[in-house]
Amino acid sequence: MQTLVAYVENKPGVLNRVSSLARRLAINIDSLTVGPTDNEEIARMTIVAHTDAKGAHRLEASLEKLVDVLLAENISERSLLERDLALIKVAADQQSRPHLMDLLKVFRGRVVDVAPDSLIVEVSGTVDKIDGLLEVLRPYGVLEMARTGRIAMTRGGDLLQPPADAEPAAAAKS
Amino acid sequence: MKLTGAEILCQTLERLGVTDLFGYPGGAILPVYDALGKSKLHHVLVRHEQGATHMADGYARASGGVGVAMATSGPGATNMVTGIATAMLDSSPVVCITGQVGSKLLGSDAFQEIDITGITMPITKHNVVVSRAEDIARTVREAFLIAKSGRPGPVLVDITKDAQQASAEFDWENSEPKLPAKRKRASYDKAEFDRAIELLNAAKRPLILAGHGIMISGAMKAFADFVHAGHFPVAMTLLGIGAFPANDPLNLGMMGMHGEAWVNHAIQEADLLIAVGMRFDDRVTGDLRTYAKSAKKIHIEIDRAEINKNVKVDAALVGDAREVLEALNPHMEKKARPDWHARIKEMQGDAAVRDIQTLPDFGHLYAAHVINDLWKETNGDAIVVTDVGQHQMWEAQYYHHNKPRTLITSGGLGTMGFALPAAIGAKFAKPDADVWVVVGDGGFQMTMCELATIVQEKIKVNIAIINNGYLGMVRQWQEFFYDKRYVATPLVAPDFAALANAFGIRGERITSRADVLPTIRSARESKESMLIDFRVEQEDSVYPMVPAGASLHEMIRRPDNPLVETSTEP
Repeated sequence: MQTLVAYVENKPGVLNRVSSLARRLAINIDSLTVGPTDNEEIARMTIVAHTDAKGAHRLEASLEKLVDVLLAENISERSLLERDLALIKVAADQQSRPHLMDLLKVFRGRVVDVAPDSLIVEVSGTVDKIDGLLEVLRPYGVLEMARTGRIAMTRGGDLLQPPADAEPAAAAKS
Repeated sequence: MKLTGAEILCQTLERLGVTDLFGYPGGAILPVYDALGKSKLHHVLVRHEQGATHMADGYARASGGVGVAMATSGPGATNMVTGIATAMLDSSPVVCITGQVGSKLLGSDAFQEIDITGITMPITKHNVVVSRAEDIARTVREAFLIAKSGRPGPVLVDITKDAQQASAEFDWENSEPKLPAKRKRASYDKAEFDRAIELLNAAKRPLILAGHGIMISGAMKAFADFVHAGHFPVAMTLLGIGAFPANDPLNLGMMGMHGEAWVNHAIQEADLLIAVGMRFDDRVTGDLRTYAKSAKKIHIEIDRAEINKNVKVDAALVGDAREVLEALNPHMEKKARPDWHARIKEMQGDAAVRDIQTLPDFGHLYAAHVINDLWKETNGDAIVVTDVGQHQMWEAQYYHHNKPRTLITSGGLGTMGFALPAAIGAKFAKPDADVWVVVGDGGFQMTMCELATIVQEKIKVNIAIINNGYLGMVRQWQEFFYDKRYVATPLVAPDFAALANAFGIRGERITSRADVLPTIRSARESKESMLIDFRVEQEDSVYPMVPAGASLHEMIRRPDNPLVETSTEP
């Protein structure tokens, strides 16, 4: 599994170009998240792909060839934080609720909605942590789940920012 | 000044230096055609939109500039797909302009509406829908910039009909391209550069693999200086032909599946390969597991995605070929390499005796004879535009190109039907050049309708059909690998000379070797186009041949006496 971060133009069709490229390279995307940046014209993507380092290089370099991709970087080999967010609706009656609460403490999950026979749990963390929580919740009955897919960021001074200014556009042939 | 979107488009094209464009009208592009009639642009009416894209491609490749093709929405646009893909695979700067239904109708399955930007996304460098007249000038300027810069490629601009009809201010100064602010990557670091220099100067058996990128970057002089400094033998890719003169003693000829045997052997024996503007296509490398095992590799290439894609390299100099070579040249040590050149000469000797040109002539007309005579008669100065198949390989083997952009052929996509329309485009780019189409009887039948375009435009393009009555390259594969089971390769054709006459073009059929040269001469002397139907040996094959997936040195060689195995009679 390889993790790439990309800054892209925030406009229609860009997601299609990015996913179509991965399809063309026969690279299966495990998760792809897109979110705004503090520049409303730029969006940030985290792409987690089923491929090796060679495939990730190809994906990264090919992504940067797309006009609307400002930057693409394979950060798999770097020290990074990865987070996934999940909302899990789990069956909970009077009897099981206290047990569930204890479990959630261990996983630092939060209860964000309570109904007579179910709870919605919000949990964020690494994929492993969420998978671990899911495993222990399953015996109680997981009714529904929504996960965001991963977002990733390199640690400390290793910055990955969108290119600062527009380079002056080269004059077209005239 | 307020103009309609259609007028803005025409004025923008004029300002960008466009003089000729190739297209076919229709409902959704009609406002543009109305404006074209009032502009200085010369529109070439094609007979099929595929032809328009190949013409624009041929124009781009012959001129080094951008070629422009135009079509209406729906089927007009989808007919362009093959031509766009051809340009994409061969890094050719083509701008395609398509009409689109009105923006209010988008997504409604209106008459002749198709999502052409969706369809062409993977086969264009970039594409875009324009639905406002005020965006046309900037978008078209951006399209030209994208098509031409870096590794070139096709760009499609889809303009809705209402955008063509609406009025907007045409302001050239304020329609500067505004492309997204991309990160500039450092092309290569000093360590990489130093490693390359070290490899170059230490090599005992170096060999250059010269590709299309040399011509695209205009690196011919820097490349020649580089070659002569290191006294490097040079092998050419199909699309690289012309980048380095064939008559330079250091030019060994073409590499790969139908490359010269000594070239492929030299690659396998080399201790250093220097790849310049080429991409280690499978037709060039054969089996990657056995490819140039003893060689270190340096890759000079503008497209970072090509680095280590097929072949792992020891030094990658990512950048424009000309800039990289100019940076390398001052560091090159002069070398003579007598042992290595002697070894290559030795390998060459074996191939020369098998050459079809040296075999006794028993009245057979071989394609190689035709090509060789064409080369001699044109002094190697013609622009030759080839299709795809056996004739394409024979042209590459027997026509010796000394100048860049004189061989135009579909390499990457291998598009049959390319030659005739691409030659028409090349003729518009180089009106004074002697332009020859070399095409098989199969490929010619795919786009022969463009003969009418030649007549309507009153241009002179000579056509040499290498007619063997088969889809020859496929037949050859069937002969070698499918026990001569010729399924769907025997090919009935019309009387091409009579067909040419029907179009108003002079046509002649040639069956004997003695008539080849005089007929070519007569075609060249005539002011009008001429089609020559060369009836060549039916079951001749292209040698040598590296079977698909085999190692580069495992070639099928021309039998010592091919005349024993083949017959003269159809």
